[in-house]
Amino acid sequence: MPLLEISKLTHRFAGLCAVSDFNFVIEPHELVGVIGPNGAGKTTVFNLITGVYRASVGSIKLKDQELVGKTPHQITSLGIARTFQNIRLFKELSVLDNVRIAHYGQIAYTPAEALLHIGRFRAEEKRITNRALDLLAIFKLDESANEKAKNLSYGLQRRLEIARALATEPALLLLDEPAAGMNPNEIIQLMEFIRWIRQTFSVTIILIEHQMRLVMGICERLVVLDFGATIAQGLPSEIQKNPKVMEAYLGVEVAS
Amino acid sequence: MSSFKAAYHTLLAHWHMLTGYKLFWPVFMIAGLAFCVAVDTYGFMDLYLQLILIYVGINIILTVSLNLINGYMGEFSVGHAGFMAVGAYVASLLTVHSFPAGAQNMLFPLAILAGGLGAAFVGFLVAIPSFKTRGDYLAIVTLAFCMIVKSVLENIDAVGGPRGLLGMEKLTSLPWVFFWTALSVWVIRNLVYSNFRRGVLSIREDEIASDLMSVNTRQVKIIAFVVSSFFAGIAGGLFAHALQFINPRMFDILKSTDILIMVYLGGIASISGSIIGAVIYTILLEILRPLGVWRMVFMPLTLVLLMIYRPRGIMGMKEARLFTPLRDITTEKLWRQKKKEAPDASA
Repeated sequence: MPLLEISKLTHRFAGLCAVSDFNFVIEPHELVGVIGPNGAGKTTVFNLITGVYRASVGSIKLKDQELVGKTPHQITSLGIARTFQNIRLFKELSVLDNVRIAHYGQIAYTPAEALLHIGRFRAEEKRITNRALDLLAIFKLDESANEKAKNLSYGLQRRLEIARALATEPALLLLDEPAAGMNPNEIIQLMEFIRWIRQTFSVTIILIEHQMRLVMGICERLVVLDFGATIAQGLPSEIQKNPKVMEAYLGVEVAS
Repeated sequence: MSSFKAAYHTLLAHWHMLTGYKLFWPVFMIAGLAFCVAVDTYGFMDLYLQLILIYVGINIILTVSLNLINGYMGEFSVGHAGFMAVGAYVASLLTVHSFPAGAQNMLFPLAILAGGLGAAFVGFLVAIPSFKTRGDYLAIVTLAFCMIVKSVLENIDAVGGPRGLLGMEKLTSLPWVFFWTALSVWVIRNLVYSNFRRGVLSIREDEIASDLMSVNTRQVKIIAFVVSSFFAGIAGGLFAHALQFINPRMFDILKSTDILIMVYLGGIASISGSIIGAVIYTILLEILRPLGVWRMVFMPLTLVLLMIYRPRGIMGMKEARLFTPLRDITTEKLWRQKKKEAPDASA
């Protein structure tokens, strides 16, 4: 059974068709890349999956459960987490709190119990603090647990964002340009890192990226978007030779 | 200068030792309540001083509750006086018209509670536009709310219209104010040190990201507004029965501004800051009373200086150790200890 099944997904912004007739299926444990020139609608697809935008037409199904019409926090609780193209951490809060916020949906006590600090409150707080610290330790961020997120270096902020996304216990992880602003050396490290995340947390990953080295290196399958339309799908080696993709990226050769 | 610094540090050490005791809060509560009851029964304190203390308590409730929205959640609500008005009118109508004359003292807490619940209901209604609007826009919505409350009250003859409402007995006594202040600080502090805190703080930082991290932002906003306006209503009820007279003009935008000043003076997102802000502002206004009109120049001037040198207020984004539960720190320490011991155990 496919993990995520998107069919006939279409979204318009006041007449501009950002995504049109997008069909996509991903099996559990796959690693798929979404590429395309700037403005092709890649991030819009992520925003539609996570419920930030509501799709005009089409359906998105996670394990046969319809996601269109659900709010972002409901979708996150169902098992989809994401990172952002421009890092969106809670900058003024501590690294630990950043991860603990992502446990919000898993807390079992009610607002009334929180109001009086009774019942399951203590046990639950202890549980999520320990889990957040364990997660930070895995990502080697536990030494800076009490630091403000904005004081971390750029690379660590990217890492924290992924840790935060994983804290929601997703089945599907959406990474929006994880390599933005990284040098070739760091990109090689990031490739290892993404493979390792998939193994350790057994998540399915969809990746938006411009860095061809990264995409060609780790993705098992690629989807190419251009002006909201899907122009190609297939193995990385096939995509590299696809004339339509070359046209989208490099333009058409003018007959002289 | 150095001796001054040394003295300060010794004092601070003693203070930390004192507040570090487990029994500090229970002892403080009982002693405070006993003091208030003693003052109330034996009357060894000047009535004017008592009234100032009552105002300090009421202002602490108002400031702590507004800080929940303006400080922790980072919204800008200017409607706090409106909630206060709802609480004041509901409580006063109950004590003046509904309660039997003999049982006023007994039923007074019920009247205050009813005022709080009335304000909480109105707060729930105001929470709904906050789903869609933020920042300046929410400020305008709450400003409009404040004006609506005022003009509705002015146009209902049954509550006295613009002349206001009188006939309340002086039911607000020091022990009651102490009780309600302690209750509101305790409840809001509990709320602020729970999952809810992380919810509101993440909304202030980045609402969309917080929604995507499984925070139910709507629920969090409703809770914030309902709890905040509940305590504003409580403060309103106490205020009405301390002054024994209310009219709609008392609860206009200027009253909201007063509360805002106390919040930003004391410091955003801080309970100790709210208390400090309310105490300083209330007492300073009284001390400066001999200055007459100049008082109204001095206070804004302090604010301007404060905004230049400490834009987040005295305790902005900080908390006195007294109010933070030790649990957080303890959990982390225990975890680190366990981690250190773990390799030994496996070896």
